[in-house]
Amino acid sequence: MQYALMIYADPAYAEALPDEEREAVRAEFATLVDDVQCVASAQLQPAETATCVRVAGGRTLMTDGPFADTKEVLGGICLFEAANLDEAIELATRIPVTRFGAVVEIRPVVTR
Amino acid sequence: MLEEVFRDEWGRVLASLVGFLGDFDQAEEAAQEAFAIAAARWPASGTPPNPGAWLVTTARNRAIDRIRRERTLAGKIHLLPVPEAVMDGIDDIDDSAIKDERLELIFTCCHPALPLDGQVALTLRALGGLETAEIARAFLVSEETMKRRLSRAKAKIKATGIPFAVPGANLLPERLDAVLAVIYLIFNEGYSGRGDLAADAIRLGRVLAMLMPDQPEAHGLLALMMTHHARRRARFSGEDLVLLEDQDRSLWDMPQIAAGRAVLDRAIALGGRGAYVIQAAIASLQTAEPIDWPQVAELYQRLADLTGSAVVELNRAAALAQAGDPAAALRAVDRLDLDGYLYFHSTRGELLRRLGRDAEARAAYGRALELATSTPERRFLTRRLDQL
Repeated sequence: MQYALMIYADPAYAEALPDEEREAVRAEFATLVDDVQCVASAQLQPAETATCVRVAGGRTLMTDGPFADTKEVLGGICLFEAANLDEAIELATRIPVTRFGAVVEIRPVVTR
Repeated sequence: MLEEVFRDEWGRVLASLVGFLGDFDQAEEAAQEAFAIAAARWPASGTPPNPGAWLVTTARNRAIDRIRRERTLAGKIHLLPVPEAVMDGIDDIDDSAIKDERLELIFTCCHPALPLDGQVALTLRALGGLETAEIARAFLVSEETMKRRLSRAKAKIKATGIPFAVPGANLLPERLDAVLAVIYLIFNEGYSGRGDLAADAIRLGRVLAMLMPDQPEAHGLLALMMTHHARRRARFSGEDLVLLEDQDRSLWDMPQIAAGRAVLDRAIALGGRGAYVIQAAIASLQTAEPIDWPQVAELYQRLADLTGSAVVELNRAAALAQAGDPAAALRAVDRLDLDGYLYFHSTRGELLRRLGRDAEARAAYGRALELATSTPERRFLTRRLDQL
């Protein structure tokens, strides 16, 4: 089965980390997404770069930033091939930012 | 009689079918069909020597027939090989030939990705063999609501790929905790007086301890439930709650207390020092005459260290009072932050009464009464107030 792992993190954590540790976290994450089980992955630019688009009555409406006023924002997405949910959970726990309070939402991907 | 056989066999039959078919709904349907055939045939032909194996084989055959039929209809007969149905010698199949997959089923039903109420309902349905209507009655919801709860849980198992497997060593401790919590929750629902849930929980606990003989906490939970359950007839006098020290011991089920003690000994022999083992040890000590209260207090201390629970601290304080030191107990109680908790105030009331501080005791009991929700609790507290 394919699972999407959506990583919600508090951006403040990265700023608080010393440079070398931030580098270690990045390397650890790179190893994880280089795994054969990883189908695709994307790390997102900070939430300040977000644009939300809606189409209403033929008009394109745009707002700046994410909607929700929460500390955790979507920071990245990975698609993994896993045998079952437990394997997907195990992969999620290997995402290094989970050590700094990040939440990973796991959803099975719709097969077409 | 047949009903009893069915209830005992249901979990094993269903587990084997989930393992075989890889689908909860199909397994349940096939199991139900096999049980219906048995209900029609067994009264006349007699119960087969291995009812479990008979039921599993019959259910498998039915499921295979259905899969073939559906494939033929869909024109997909060559898609995947379907195992051959076993027709001959169905009465001679040994139960040991059917692998016991209940442990896999327990871990599927109690998977933490499912909502807790779904875990509880599914465990009672799949392993306890309870009908949806019975579970609905036990949890005071409509049958429709319970049906939805069960089908949502099953749908999530299927859609998210919750495995039908015993978790690996690294996941096992926390997953086992989840299973134990579900069984204990069922027991506690029953303890407050509803239906046979307490007995169902004990049945589940016994199955778990049998399937995981090396896990001390599984034995600890079983011992705890057995010991509590053995005192159920003494806990109420009509509508009134009876405290441990006032209980009529002739109403206790002594053989069950002894059996609980034996299960506890097994847990301790396995090196069990977990929360359920400690609670079972406390419950067991409280069936002795006289009760060794200093040791009970000591065990509550260990439990508090383990759980960090203020409620456990409150129990420790109550044990200290029983051990003869109500002043120390009151000091311990007054350190706790449990203002919204009924038993905090009733315990304080009792300690103040023993220390001869009646006015303060009355205020504490009054506060407890404000927080009481059940009739027996209210009657008990009113009696206490009247005695002051």
